Amino acid sequence: MNRKLFCFTAVSFFMVMSALTPHLFAEDYKVGCLFSITGSASWLGEPERNTAEMIAEEINKAGGINGHKLKLYIEDTQGDNTRAVNATKKLIKKDKVCAIIGPSRSGTSMAVIPIVQAEQIPLISCAGAEVIVEPVQERKWVFKTPQKDSDCVKRIYDHLTAKGIKDIGIISGTTGFGTAGRDQLKAIAKEYGMNIVADETYSPADTDMTAQLVKIRNSGAKALVNWSIVPAQSIVPKNMKQLKFDIPLYQSHGFGNVKYVEAAGPAADGIIFPGGRLLCVDSVSDDNPQKAVLKQYRDAYEARFKDKVSTFGGHAYDSLWLVINALKAVGDDPAKIRDYLETSTLVGTGGVFKFSPTDHNGLDKNAFEMITIKNGEFVVLKD
Amino acid sequence: MGTKDYLGIIWFSIILVVTPFIIGNDYYIGILVFAAFNCLSCIGLSLLMGYAGQISLGHAAFLGIGAYSSALLTVKMGWSPWLAIVLGIILAVIMALVIGIPSLRLKGHYLAMATLGFGSIIHIVTVAAVDFTGGPAGISQIPTLNIFGFPINSDVKYYAFIWIIVVIGLFFALNIIHSRSGRALRAIHGSEDAAGSSGIHTSRYKIRIFVISAIYSSIAGSFYAHYVNYIDPGPFGIMHSVLLVTMVAVGGMHKVWGAVIGSILLSVLPEILSTISEVVEGYGIEYKPDYDTLIYGSILLAIMLFLPGGIFQGVGDGFKRLKKLFTRKTSSAV
Repeated sequence: MNRKLFCFTAVSFFMVMSALTPHLFAEDYKVGCLFSITGSASWLGEPERNTAEMIAEEINKAGGINGHKLKLYIEDTQGDNTRAVNATKKLIKKDKVCAIIGPSRSGTSMAVIPIVQAEQIPLISCAGAEVIVEPVQERKWVFKTPQKDSDCVKRIYDHLTAKGIKDIGIISGTTGFGTAGRDQLKAIAKEYGMNIVADETYSPADTDMTAQLVKIRNSGAKALVNWSIVPAQSIVPKNMKQLKFDIPLYQSHGFGNVKYVEAAGPAADGIIFPGGRLLCVDSVSDDNPQKAVLKQYRDAYEARFKDKVSTFGGHAYDSLWLVINALKAVGDDPAKIRDYLETSTLVGTGGVFKFSPTDHNGLDKNAFEMITIKNGEFVVLKD
Repeated sequence: MGTKDYLGIIWFSIILVVTPFIIGNDYYIGILVFAAFNCLSCIGLSLLMGYAGQISLGHAAFLGIGAYSSALLTVKMGWSPWLAIVLGIILAVIMALVIGIPSLRLKGHYLAMATLGFGSIIHIVTVAAVDFTGGPAGISQIPTLNIFGFPINSDVKYYAFIWIIVVIGLFFALNIIHSRSGRALRAIHGSEDAAGSSGIHTSRYKIRIFVISAIYSSIAGSFYAHYVNYIDPGPFGIMHSVLLVTMVAVGGMHKVWGAVIGSILLSVLPEILSTISEVVEGYGIEYKPDYDTLIYGSILLAIMLFLPGGIFQGVGDGFKRLKKLFTRKTSSAV
């Protein structure tokens, strides 16, 4: 009998406790993350996950957001559409998150857009393609932090115009990133009076681009733009050096990983490309508003993970801080967060963001810095 | 179809009807919708593997043909989704004939090689024909399905719709097996020479069943496109073909029911693993996503080692053994 009474008391005690708990402590703010942590795009997802976890820890150590703890639900999409769709549904319907950051890739981002649009949960993508946020009237709940391809093209063409070069050759990888860049290069050429005299491609598995480069040389191009995000892009400068093909080489922002420079070796010196300032923090001028943020993030990341900081972790940094600022201002109602995001400004790693109802990216071409490679390091181009 | 199969379908349907009420959450229902796509492809594949004794390493390409036909025709040309599905089927049939006629006339595993190549070609076309397929950027805004003006726009509705299709597909498959063609196919699987000498046109039957299995995949692909509303080349690569073959092999090649069980199990397994990882992490042990691959692999290995006939047969044998044990005990007691 005593035992029964004890059990009864114990059970009712726990029931009362669990019923009271939510009222005793403020509820956690739940934010979902979709990163391709494993699989072929793990070099995007891993720094993103590391960054998100680092920020959440900092926030919670400092007492959370208005007394609420920040809880991240991190899902691995493996860069796969079906997994990304499932994970998004899980975040929204099971974990009941109030906002989602990620996915890391353009394809997976496009796959989850119909879901977040229908479920009305704000999503801040960490992927490149511009179609993710355009047309904006069909992307009410979707935002993104990486810089735009078209702005990258404009910066390259600006630089070419300043140098007085009109005849250019382009070479691109046959991936989503490469294809999108090739389209933009061709579309914007007219506006700048550029003359594309050669248009070559290579597949991600290619190991030699001599054939394409000889064609470009014969076409009389005065400069070459190489647009790709796969490691094969590092072979282009190498082959150019072997051919003694000595025209200025421009790369896209997809070159923004120090590993590509290492792969190209001494041939990388002198390459020019528009990139985020995170790559060359030390040579960014001190009066730049981003400098403090960049330095703080880079030092914290590199000290903690003993690894070089990358642009991709920076995209997650910007996305998560946008959400945190929204949570601080309006709490965890998804609709209010969305409305707040549309009016947000943020000095981030990718640039100075200024979102508006017609611009869900918030960046312009000034988000890019023209970067060159000197002795295997990224430095700001001075001329 | 035998009584056992009728009973099986009835039980299976009851389980399907009850499941949403038990699990409730839309997210889990969404996973079962994806399981249904795999299930449909696997039923077709098991006809080919289990009854005709041929392996296809390019079934994801047929999924791709269905998905891309549906997507292109509805988004770019404004066709009705149902008409697009039919055209997808026709395309899949033509492709299956083109590959099947030369390779299935030969003896041995030439179909496996041919489909492997075919799968790669279709994948490359979807990636490289940018103007036509959208390339790696894919095709978005694929409309949701409508039945007589009644939109299938929620997970639960799609669940009901797609599993009805699967049960119909299952019914057809079981009927084929218990027909004249099914018996002919089993004879071919046993010995092609013996079957040929007793008057069975072996290559014609093999081609026919290959075409049927392609139709199953094409339909699954079309419905996939209408469910996700976005497609890109990712899900239609070689790895998915291999996964489908694995599902059929794990479930049990020699029974269509094996394919049903194998496909559902392997579709749900990643979810079970992620739940386990949450529990493990709850105890403060770090769980890396890479462990999933390890556990996944060891489960497959265990099944192949200890249940070589697949789960379906293995479990059936286990029951029989238990029954025997039980009856022996009671009889000795009496």
